[in-house]
Amino acid sequence: MSAVVDSPDHAHDEHGHHGGYGGIMRWITTTNHKDIGTLYLWFSFMMFLAGGVMALVIRAELFQPGLQFVNPDFFNQLTTMHGLIMVFGAIMPAFVGFANWQIPMMIGAPDMAFARMNNWSFWILPFAALLLMLSFFMPGGAPGVGWTMYAPLTVQMGIGMDLTIFAVHLLGMSSIMGSINILTTILNMRAPGMTLMRMPMFVWTWLITAYLLVATMPVLAGAVTMTLTDRHFGTSFFNAAGGGDPVLYQHVFWFFGHPEVYIIALPAFGVISQVIPAFSRKPLFGYASMVYATTTIAILSFLVWAHHMYTTGMPVTGQLFFMYATIVIAVPTGVKVFNWLATMWQGSLSFETPMLFACGFLFLFTLGGFTGLVLSLVPIDIQLQDTYYVVAHFHYVMVAGALFAAFAGIYFWLPKWTGRMYDETLGKWHFWLTIIFFNMIFFVQHFLGLAGMPRRIPDYPLMFETWNKISSIGAFGFGLSQLLFLYIVLKAIRSGEKAPERPWEGADSIDWTMLPTPAPYHTFETPPVIR
Amino acid sequence: MKASTSARSIASWALAILAVFSGLAFSGLALALEWNLQPAGSKLAADIHNLHEYVMILCTVIFVGVFGFMFWACYAHRKSKGHKAARFHENTTVEILWTVIPMLILVIIAWPVTKTVIAQKDTSNADITVKVTGYQWKWRYDYLKGEGEGISFISTLSTPRDQIEGRAPKGEHYLLEVDNEMVVPIGKKVRVLTTAADVIHSWWMPVFGAKQDAIPGFVRDLWFKADKTGTFRSQCVELCGKEHGFMPVVVKVVTREEYSKWAGDRMKLIAAAADDPNKQYVMDELKKRGEQVYAKNCVVCHQATGKGTPPAFPPLDGSKVVTGPKEKQIETVLNGVVKDGTPTAMVAFGKQLNDVELAAVITFTRNNWGNKTGEAIQPAEVRALRK
Repeated sequence: MSAVVDSPDHAHDEHGHHGGYGGIMRWITTTNHKDIGTLYLWFSFMMFLAGGVMALVIRAELFQPGLQFVNPDFFNQLTTMHGLIMVFGAIMPAFVGFANWQIPMMIGAPDMAFARMNNWSFWILPFAALLLMLSFFMPGGAPGVGWTMYAPLTVQMGIGMDLTIFAVHLLGMSSIMGSINILTTILNMRAPGMTLMRMPMFVWTWLITAYLLVATMPVLAGAVTMTLTDRHFGTSFFNAAGGGDPVLYQHVFWFFGHPEVYIIALPAFGVISQVIPAFSRKPLFGYASMVYATTTIAILSFLVWAHHMYTTGMPVTGQLFFMYATIVIAVPTGVKVFNWLATMWQGSLSFETPMLFACGFLFLFTLGGFTGLVLSLVPIDIQLQDTYYVVAHFHYVMVAGALFAAFAGIYFWLPKWTGRMYDETLGKWHFWLTIIFFNMIFFVQHFLGLAGMPRRIPDYPLMFETWNKISSIGAFGFGLSQLLFLYIVLKAIRSGEKAPERPWEGADSIDWTMLPTPAPYHTFETPPVIR
Repeated sequence: MKASTSARSIASWALAILAVFSGLAFSGLALALEWNLQPAGSKLAADIHNLHEYVMILCTVIFVGVFGFMFWACYAHRKSKGHKAARFHENTTVEILWTVIPMLILVIIAWPVTKTVIAQKDTSNADITVKVTGYQWKWRYDYLKGEGEGISFISTLSTPRDQIEGRAPKGEHYLLEVDNEMVVPIGKKVRVLTTAADVIHSWWMPVFGAKQDAIPGFVRDLWFKADKTGTFRSQCVELCGKEHGFMPVVVKVVTREEYSKWAGDRMKLIAAAADDPNKQYVMDELKKRGEQVYAKNCVVCHQATGKGTPPAFPPLDGSKVVTGPKEKQIETVLNGVVKDGTPTAMVAFGKQLNDVELAAVITFTRNNWGNKTGEAIQPAEVRALRK
């Protein structure tokens, strides 16, 4: 712990009481959960822009048939890095950022349990990102294998593949440390009276997510490490000629990969579960059933990995087992959606930007859920596997799901964090542009997939041209709209109106009711007593 | 009230922008919009399409019903209309209902699907068995059993590079045309065994609802029974490296008589065109043949200019191997290049090409561009170095 004496006057300006360091050293040495949360969020946004630029190059190439801007090799490198950066660099760190800011404030703790480890788990990330970016400049470039990094294609790649493997190791270490910290904080540092079943839903979802991370990140590390030894040390884990099996890689990868989907989705559910009651001015409907549904989803997520692999050729009993297990997930997910709707029902609704994003989330995430149900059915999946239908499906879950929830969270908590309001009109503009361009990009990709366009191709037959054009135009609109988001946040921080103590009268977790706005640098010097 | 009017005006502005953009997107385009599954060409595919329709209808009804509630709440229960929030937040009965009812709906969905899953996996009693091998980046078809047994050919993209790189207008079947199509008879059960030589590929024929990954070192299978004639086109659907987008799958379904004729012709052709590995070839013959072999097998990496795309794909023009002793080059092409114990994209072409083709392509590279060795390599020399 840095020896800092908190001044009771929380409102005074930066520096001075941030542990003795000013400027850049403050951020490098900080052990404060709010500073670290801020670092995570800015890092995530920068990665979002980097991955976004790659997506725009991809969409530019796909604007019309033929090869125009990039060669097929570089195109594959871009799809790979876009996926890895968005999943591991943008979405996951964004929610860890929310966790850092919000969990101590929501459970009445002074900080995270392991403050120094918290610093380290963030500062590993920029190095991992650096390795990923450097791989582009290696001989042979970045790996062109897709974010799933299937063997044995990985064996053919250059040194960029090794950098990527090490980056994944680092990202995994960071995630595991972050999760241990979150688990310990939630289980040991709740204020008196803050029982588990009184915790805000966001804390619950993170508690479960942290378990998923601790359980699955080592599995991913195992998969990429086996790839590394197959590449360099003569092992044959994934090489049939040496007694291995390329499909083994897919089993190991997806044993991580499917829970990963929920690692991304559950914290998003948590954010939505805070936002919807606040703007409905009504408590969350079915709190206990939400907790059970979240837990059920987490457990089931370990039993469905092979639904990503129906076309690898598994026995019919395997196909049926994984199909049934997968469609069962629709039940707890449905319970969550119904609970959110019941929360809104008979409420007193208002539609500030966080609520708009929450409604957008609800509508589009459910749409992504339905295409997920369609894909879970073996015969239909065999038609759609590895087509743009799958691309559309998971972007509905990742973008309209996770990213929309992250936007909702930022607009919702920005007043609490900075003490300033964002520009509501611009926020609404951001929402409408984002949701319209999002659908323009991805809704049409369902049609492309149904009609038979494979994913990860740099050039395509003429019959796919129209939808690809629409999708590409949508992508550029979407990308530009996110610069508006950056402007809104910067404007709020620099010159936003001063936020009232309770900007959202319906928000009633203890971060709103028991802490001043903006939240003081040190949260709860003495634990609050919850009723 | 003011907030909601401004929200509405923002929404209408945003919609106007969308209209302009989609107007731009549609203008000047041929509106041949493909937006659903391709028409079924077999009973299995028809079953799959019916299932898809059935599930989509169910999903749409549920979706509209559920979000009807949301939009009604958004409309009627808003603060700006003075709606006061109720305080209810729990009801065990509805929780049980909205757990049990979805379960029942899922059972209704799972039942017919299960029947199709089982039918799709039944590859027994096939009339014709064809082995399909994925290579980077082409397909090889070997007719193993049934009429046409013994036919074997490699199927490569036939769209010219000029069309891909925008120097020539694109043809009707751009990227979906090959030199040798897989030919099958109508109404016969065809079993396809898939495997691969290098990395994982995936063989897909959407009109038959048939897709199966081709996995190196393993054999998997699928089946289809075409119920209409015609030429059907698709592509490799598993990322398999640089030219993944350029390895189409084309199947031509013909009547049984046409199939018998095709199979007979093919057999005769094989007999007639068999390269004579004992013949002494002259330089021009070898160079001419070699240029064709090069265009099919080498050009995507080493390029027509022979300059390659270093560092992954090295140049042949001026290469030490190509201009040095011929034995070294023959061995390289025969056995491929293995770096640090792992195979590279330079695979062992000894397994794909015969001695005449190899001799021809090696002669071509040694006497083309700036390379002037003046040596004509004979098939016997290649055979001597085969292991």
